[in-house]
Amino acid sequence: MTDLLLKIRGLKIEGRSDEIWNPIINGVDLDLRKGEVLGLIGESGAGKSTIGLAGMGFTRDGVRISGGSVEFDGIDLVNASAEVKRKLLGSRIAYVAQSAAASFNPAHKLIDQHTEAPVQHGVMSRAESAADAVELYRRLRLPNPEEIGFRYPHQVSGGQLQRAMTAMAMSCRPDLIIFDEPTTALDVTTQIEVLASIRDIVEQFDTAAIYITHDLAVVAQMADRIKVLLKGDEVEEAETREMLSHPKEDYTKSLWAVREFKRPQKPAVAAGATPVVSVRKVTAAYGKVKVLQNVSFDIHEGRTVAVVGESGSGKSTTARCITGLLPPLSGSIQFDGVEMPADYRKRSKDQLRQVQMIYQMADTALNPRKSIGEIIGRPVQFYMGLRGREKRRRVEQLLDEIELPADQYFDRLPSELSGGQKQRIGIARALAAEPRFIICDEVTSALDQLVAEGILKLLARLQDDLKLSYMFITHDLATVRSIADEVVVMKEGKVIEQGPKAEMFRPPHHAYTDLLLSSVPEMDPDWLSNLLKERGVDNIGDAAVDKMG
Amino acid sequence: MSQVLRIILQRIALGILTLFIVSIVIFTAVNMLPGDFAQAILGQGATPEAIESIRRDLGLDQPPIQRYFAWLAGAVQGDLGTSFAQANFSSFVGADSGGSDVTVATQIAPRFANTMFLAGVTACIAVPFSIMLGVLAALYRNSAFDRAANIFTLSSISSPEFFLAYVLILFLAVLNPVLPSLSNIYDGMEFGERLQKTLLPALTLTLVVTAHMMRMTRAAIINLLASPYIEMARLKGLSPLRVIVKHALPNALAPIINVVALNLAYLITGVVVVEVVFVYPGIGQLFVDGVKTRDIPLVQACCLIFAGAYILLNLTADILSILSNPRLRHPK
Amino acid sequence: MSVILWILAALAAISLSGWVFRLAGQKITGNSPRFRDMPFAVAFGYALAAAAVLGGVWLWFQPGATFFRWAVQGFVIFAIAAWLFRLLGRAVGTAGTRKLFRQMPLTASFGILVILIYAVLSIFAGVIAPYGQAEVFDQVNALPGGNAATGGNPDHLLGTDQIGRDLLSRLIYGAQNTVGIAFVTTCIAFFLGGSLGFLAATLQGWLDQVLSRAVDVLMAIPSLIFALLLMTIASAWAGSEKWLLTVYMVLIIAVIDSTRVFRLARAVGLNIVVMDYIEAAKLRGEGLRYLIFKEILPNAYAPLLAEFGLRFCFVFLTIASLSFLGVGIQPPLADWGTMVRDLAQFINFAAFSPLTAALPLMAAGAIALLTVAVNFVVDWMLHRTSGLKD
Repeated sequence: MTDLLLKIRGLKIEGRSDEIWNPIINGVDLDLRKGEVLGLIGESGAGKSTIGLAGMGFTRDGVRISGGSVEFDGIDLVNASAEVKRKLLGSRIAYVAQSAAASFNPAHKLIDQHTEAPVQHGVMSRAESAADAVELYRRLRLPNPEEIGFRYPHQVSGGQLQRAMTAMAMSCRPDLIIFDEPTTALDVTTQIEVLASIRDIVEQFDTAAIYITHDLAVVAQMADRIKVLLKGDEVEEAETREMLSHPKEDYTKSLWAVREFKRPQKPAVAAGATPVVSVRKVTAAYGKVKVLQNVSFDIHEGRTVAVVGESGSGKSTTARCITGLLPPLSGSIQFDGVEMPADYRKRSKDQLRQVQMIYQMADTALNPRKSIGEIIGRPVQFYMGLRGREKRRRVEQLLDEIELPADQYFDRLPSELSGGQKQRIGIARALAAEPRFIICDEVTSALDQLVAEGILKLLARLQDDLKLSYMFITHDLATVRSIADEVVVMKEGKVIEQGPKAEMFRPPHHAYTDLLLSSVPEMDPDWLSNLLKERGVDNIGDAAVDKMG
Repeated sequence: MSQVLRIILQRIALGILTLFIVSIVIFTAVNMLPGDFAQAILGQGATPEAIESIRRDLGLDQPPIQRYFAWLAGAVQGDLGTSFAQANFSSFVGADSGGSDVTVATQIAPRFANTMFLAGVTACIAVPFSIMLGVLAALYRNSAFDRAANIFTLSSISSPEFFLAYVLILFLAVLNPVLPSLSNIYDGMEFGERLQKTLLPALTLTLVVTAHMMRMTRAAIINLLASPYIEMARLKGLSPLRVIVKHALPNALAPIINVVALNLAYLITGVVVVEVVFVYPGIGQLFVDGVKTRDIPLVQACCLIFAGAYILLNLTADILSILSNPRLRHPK
Repeated sequence: MSVILWILAALAAISLSGWVFRLAGQKITGNSPRFRDMPFAVAFGYALAAAAVLGGVWLWFQPGATFFRWAVQGFVIFAIAAWLFRLLGRAVGTAGTRKLFRQMPLTASFGILVILIYAVLSIFAGVIAPYGQAEVFDQVNALPGGNAATGGNPDHLLGTDQIGRDLLSRLIYGAQNTVGIAFVTTCIAFFLGGSLGFLAATLQGWLDQVLSRAVDVLMAIPSLIFALLLMTIASAWAGSEKWLLTVYMVLIIAVIDSTRVFRLARAVGLNIVVMDYIEAAKLRGEGLRYLIFKEILPNAYAPLLAEFGLRFCFVFLTIASLSFLGVGIQPPLADWGTMVRDLAQFINFAAFSPLTAALPLMAAGAIALLTVAVNFVVDWMLHRTSGLKD
């Protein structure tokens, strides 16, 4: 048992709100051996980050440890003095935060922030640490390792900053690093590089790590063992392969099952059919910056077209052009073969009715001061002219449609609903207009996986029942796989490739599509290693290990 | 660097433009007087000839635009016109007079210096004091000290300046004669005596300004301490002092400079009432006297000076916070 | 110089006792985390607080400290009243108000209590005040206290002013005039600034540009200075019609203040306009009226209400300052700012007749008390709404 590094027993943590202490963590045990990587996984609000920080003996303001013990290498962190804890932090336990851009001090150069901990803890001199930083940057495959440290944080890209922060955590060669969702804010293609370099360096220095994330596929690549959390309680813990192949608890099984929802392939569209919506050679700009160039695609009746791309690729701008919020510079939007006015203010009520939208953030999409009945009732009254009892009946019917009991929800406010329920209300509001075409803008990306699954199933059923056409904007390829009929891949305002789903997921692809598709993490724990081998960047850092010791 | 320079030049140009438009607003407002100045000076019973003669004296027979530019040109050169109260309208009285007119500029200059002295003394006490208290309140937020400070500063902000002034007079001048309640300072006074006589009005202003500045500093620092890079610094095991000095302070500079400049600008308004209470011979009292006697050139000039100082302080705050922003100092 | 030495000596003594306090705490509690991790600044703070309490107790027993005792008594009485009021609020009323009172800090319940008292005073001033505000009596400059032997008059509890008007009545009427006029002014400022602000936020484009630039310019002139300038002109317009000058004052302050309201309303509006539910309403084809009244306004109530409190305080103080300077509310209307100016010289009698010296402070304090109360309530409201977010 001597190689036990971190031992947490019966950890209870409370958070303060409205002058009352509410439990966040209700007694969690955790063991971590030297050189081992433990994945902490759970949905938002599961208390992953809180446990991670508690493993450093640290709690945020308004949060306190109310019971249990945290022992790091035999040192009791709950009762240790501030001085004792301070000596451990940075030197023996290090932290990598979710947002590197916000966690680097904007006023200092990277190298100055890197050398701070080693110098303050008396581990190395400044010069030694600076030289070491360059070596670490090189191992983490940062471009210009000699020079990048002399930049300010805002002069470095997000993925590179995240690696620089990992280097900074390594600066004192700690025994333990807490990774708190280090790749959540990154695009998939950037995520791969960061994941690979983090995994390499942790292996090279035999550092123990706690890897916190909500993404199962990511944790499968990184962790030796996985612990699943739900609302401050442990669900289960097992070796990674064991956990992936034989989950014991129902909750874990349901998490695993999410990705298995797939719709049957639909028959090809009849040749010569008029598409419901047709985007024709649209070019658009914000001010002088061109954000869309010559974008064209069709959406047919009863079909789902998924528009895929990383942030800044022009997916949402395309939606704004279709709805008429951003009139294009050139090109046109056709509905049922008829060209629509470019500006939404010039469109007729019926044209507006036919195109509806469901938003990513259900929180900002529903007016917090209106009851559910009012929110759904407004389009019913506005477009259909129904009032009084008829209107109420129609709203109840719509609530029924989205599987929420009308009598319970009619008078509630959005703040009294969960995220998934709010998203359902957003769907009902779109349905209330009785449209033929709905734009779904990242509708599942803010939701936990199980809830997202439910929304996708609902949308699929509604499509079959009502012959709706969807334009599905997403960056998540798993979602594309489960719901799309056709796929449009966008990059930097241009359509890179488009076609039926089956074709798109079968090689040969356009190089970018290939990069995008292959970068999506899979549940297979060997996926990252295999991928790196394929791409020919197999463990770059190995050669350097002997030199550094 | 050129980018920063360009932004700063833009701000300065904008400041000058604002001042220019403000001068138009002031001039227009004054020209909305019923009848005209001549009428205002002489009252209802004046003969038409007398009025006519004053109009000629003051150039009122010219169109407003011409008068505006004449006024503006004068103001830029430091000539702010002649005060009504001091002017010698010999031509209409008919009597001979050899005395020269007292210009607004000569009237304002010593008063302006006095006011700057008062504001300076206030700033010297208030700025370090309030920043220190604000930082302490932020560090020990929600403690008993923070709550007491919150109640005290809120009360002090809410009270009218003359209430604070009379409370101070009561305790420090009447009951315990430590400081004089009248600030009759004059030219050639010794610095020590001058300071002593200025202290009570300065303390009054300090109370108000400190409360504002402390609250704003507290808010700025709390905002800063909540940022992830401060948490990161703590998680690197740095000492609390180093976290504050090395990580919080460089980023706190811009908000604190802003707070100071805003409050010095606020002083300008506060100075008027306080000067009247303590009969302090500053520009604020002169202004109020001008308002009461409807001495238009004087009021106009004081207004322009107040607005100019206000704009200048806000401009300074702007430029300093641009200079302390690393994103602008080190462009990509 | 000796003053500085005294201060340094006191600081040293307090530092020392703070250090001793911490050390003693560590020894007695067996080095419990509370004392072990206590920074020196905190120990110093405790020592300083203890010194302040001791000093207060000593001062209480000094013969000349009448005003200090009054201040402490007043503070205690108000604290107890606020506490009782909160108890009352927790016991009666609907479930909603009871819950509100349960989470309320003492400062906020004090604020609400004071605002209620002022509201009653200003509405029923005519019933409560013993005499009319312009009624002139034979005895001038009667001293307060009602004791005929010391130059007072039992009919006039707070005495009379230099032309023989009852000061208590004028103080009560002051609530009606000063508070009422400030309230009306704030309402006008809100109507003006609020509607333009929301319009600018909703429509944006050139209207927003023009209004915002105009407001920028107006805000570049300090508000009290601008008000004084305009009052000069207004007084010329009003001539001998004193009531007209008061009307002009209301309009002038309302316009100047509406610039601040405009800024806030526009900022609040812009925050709401970017919400997806506004986009959804626009894409539905809703008109401007529906957007502003049904979608934007209901979400702006909380910040607007808080701003109303702050604006009211500001307007109230501006009016009081103008009156104090002699260009505000005009006689014969009773008004606190003017009363302070008229009674100011009485403060010099503090050593002989504390009650007389307290007269100007009562009028000034009446102003301060209301603004403090409103600020306490607003502070609590802002704290609550920001607290609800996280």
